[in-house]
Amino acid sequence: MVLSVCVGSSCHLKGSYDVIEAFKSLIEKHNVSDKIELRACFCLGRCSEGVSVKADNNYILNVNATNAEEKFVKEVLPLIG
Amino acid sequence: MENRLFDTTVQQLKYEVIKELIKAYDKGLTNDIYHDIPIAIMPGPKASLRCCVYKERAILQERLKMAMGGDKNNPNVVEVIDIACDECPVDGIFVTPACRGCISHRCAEVCPKNAITIEDKHAVVDKSKCIECGKCTQACPYNAIILQKRPCVLSCKAGAISVNSDKKAVINNDKCVGCGACVYQCPFGAIADKSYILDVLDILKNSENNTKYKVYAIIAPSIVAQFNYARIEQVITGMSELGFFQVIETALGADMTLNLEADELKEHGTLTTSCCPSFVKYIQINFPDLAKYISSTPSPMVMTGKLIKKLEPTSKVIFVGPCSSKKFEFELDIAKDYIDSVISFEELQAFLDARNIDVSTLKDTALDNASYFGRIFARSGGITEGVTALAKERGFEAKPVAMSGLDECKKQLLLFKAGRSPFNFFEGMACDGGCVNGALCLHHGPKSLTDVNRYGAEAKEKTVDNTVKLYDMAGAGKSEDGTAKDEAAAALEKKNK
Repeated sequence: MVLSVCVGSSCHLKGSYDVIEAFKSLIEKHNVSDKIELRACFCLGRCSEGVSVKADNNYILNVNATNAEEKFVKEVLPLIG
Repeated sequence: MENRLFDTTVQQLKYEVIKELIKAYDKGLTNDIYHDIPIAIMPGPKASLRCCVYKERAILQERLKMAMGGDKNNPNVVEVIDIACDECPVDGIFVTPACRGCISHRCAEVCPKNAITIEDKHAVVDKSKCIECGKCTQACPYNAIILQKRPCVLSCKAGAISVNSDKKAVINNDKCVGCGACVYQCPFGAIADKSYILDVLDILKNSENNTKYKVYAIIAPSIVAQFNYARIEQVITGMSELGFFQVIETALGADMTLNLEADELKEHGTLTTSCCPSFVKYIQINFPDLAKYISSTPSPMVMTGKLIKKLEPTSKVIFVGPCSSKKFEFELDIAKDYIDSVISFEELQAFLDARNIDVSTLKDTALDNASYFGRIFARSGGITEGVTALAKERGFEAKPVAMSGLDECKKQLLLFKAGRSPFNFFEGMACDGGCVNGALCLHHGPKSLTDVNRYGAEAKEKTVDNTVKLYDMAGAGKSEDGTAKDEAAAALEKKNK
C-alpha cells in the first residue's frame, strides 16, 4: 500500500514533516515496512482538512503529530488486512 | 499610458502585447492578430512614441513576434528588434558646449594617451588616440566632457553587443550570456526576450483542468518583491484561477541545491555556484580554465522540477521568475526532463490581466514549502549565508564570496584564475544584487531586498533538514553513485530504455 502524506503549503504549515516522522516510526513499530510504502505528495485537494494523507484511495484527514498513532492504528492498519 | 506596475513604458508595451496575445488566444488565434493587436494598442491617429503611428504599429508587430516565441532559427532567448533600434549615437568621448576653455586643462593633463588638445580655447579629442577610459569626464570641473555609449553596449557586461554598419545593435551569440540586462536597459525597447507564453497556454489548455495531467507552477523566491499591490498569498490564488494545479516555491529546490553544493564544496575544496545560468555561461565563455570548478548540482529550478516529477511523473512544471536566462536553461540537457516551460513575472502579470483577475481582491492561499535559506537565494549573499551555516554544521570551513553583476564576478574570477583569491566558494549572479533585480522583474528597487529578508524570516522551516529528508524520501536527491548530475543522466537513460 502507498501511504502518501501531503507536503503542500497548507499541510506543511500544519506539520507534514511531523506526521511523516511519526508514520516512519509507526511503520517500524508495527513491523509493516514490507506492506506500506511511505511517500510525499503535493496537494490532495483537501487543504482545509490537513494534514491530508491518502492510503491508496482512502483519505485520512486532520492528521497531526499527536493523533498520528491513533489514525495509523484505526485507519491505516485495517487497510492492509 | 497608465504606468502602475512597471518601471518603464518599454516594459508596459511588452506587457500590453502579451496581454492582447493571451486574450486573442482565448478567443482562438487567427492571422488577424498581426493586424488587430498593433491597432488595439496604438489606435492613433497621432503617434505618441515614434515618428508616426505606422512605425509604432510595425514595431508592435515585431514585439508580437517576440511574444510568440521570436525567431525560431536564433537560439538566443534575447533578440534585437532592428526597426525599434533608434541608432543611438556612438561618439564615445564628447566635449559639450559647457567647455569653458579654462586655462588649467585638467582634461588634457589626466589623459593617459595625450588625446586631448586645446584649440581655440576649447578641448578637442583626437578619436584615433582616445581609448574612452573616461578620466577626462571625471577631471573636468564643469562636467563638460561626457562619455557617450549606447545604453545596450554599456549594460552588456559580457561584451556581446556591438554596432553594425547600419548603426543597429547586434548581439554576438557566442558571447551573450542571456542575462537580459540590455532588455531592461535599452530605452527604446529594441532588445527583447522571447516569450513562451503560448506554450504555457497550450500546456494548461491540454491538461483539461488538470485532469489529463497536473500543471505545477514553481515560483522564484524573488516574487515576494513583486506584485506590490497584493499579498503573495493572493497572487497564489490568482495563479490557481489561471489553471495551475498548485504553486510550489522554487526555494524548495534551492534548499536542496544548497545542501548538495555544501557537500560538493567539502569534497572538492573549491566551488563556483550553478544556480544562475548566465553566470555559469559567463565562466564557460570567458574563464574556460575555471569551468571545472562549476558545481555539478542542478539549479533550484531544476531541483524543484525534479522533485515534482519524481512524485508525479506525468505532471508538467512551469517556472515563473524574474529571469531571461532561465528561458534558455530549461532547454539544456540537465533541465529539459524536469521543466516544461518558463515565463517571467511580466508575463504572469499580463496573464492575470488578460483573464481579468485582480489578485488584490482574492482570498489568500498558503505558500510555504521551503526554508529560510532557500528563500534568501533571491538576493546576492543568500547562498553564501547558507553555505557558511551548513559548513559550520558539517565541520569544515567555507570561505565564500558573494558576487553580483558580471563586473564583480569578473574581478573575483580574475583573482581566482591568478591564484590570488582568498576564497573557496564563489557565489555568482549576473544581475546586480541577485535575482531580486532580475531583468524581467516588474519593478526594481532597494525595497526588494527588505522584502526578501522578511519573506525568508517568515518561513516555517529554519533549516534545510526537512527538505533534505523530503528529497531522500522521493529519491530525487543524489543518485546511487552520489552525484546530482549523474542522476539527471540516469533518468534520461531510463527514459530512453
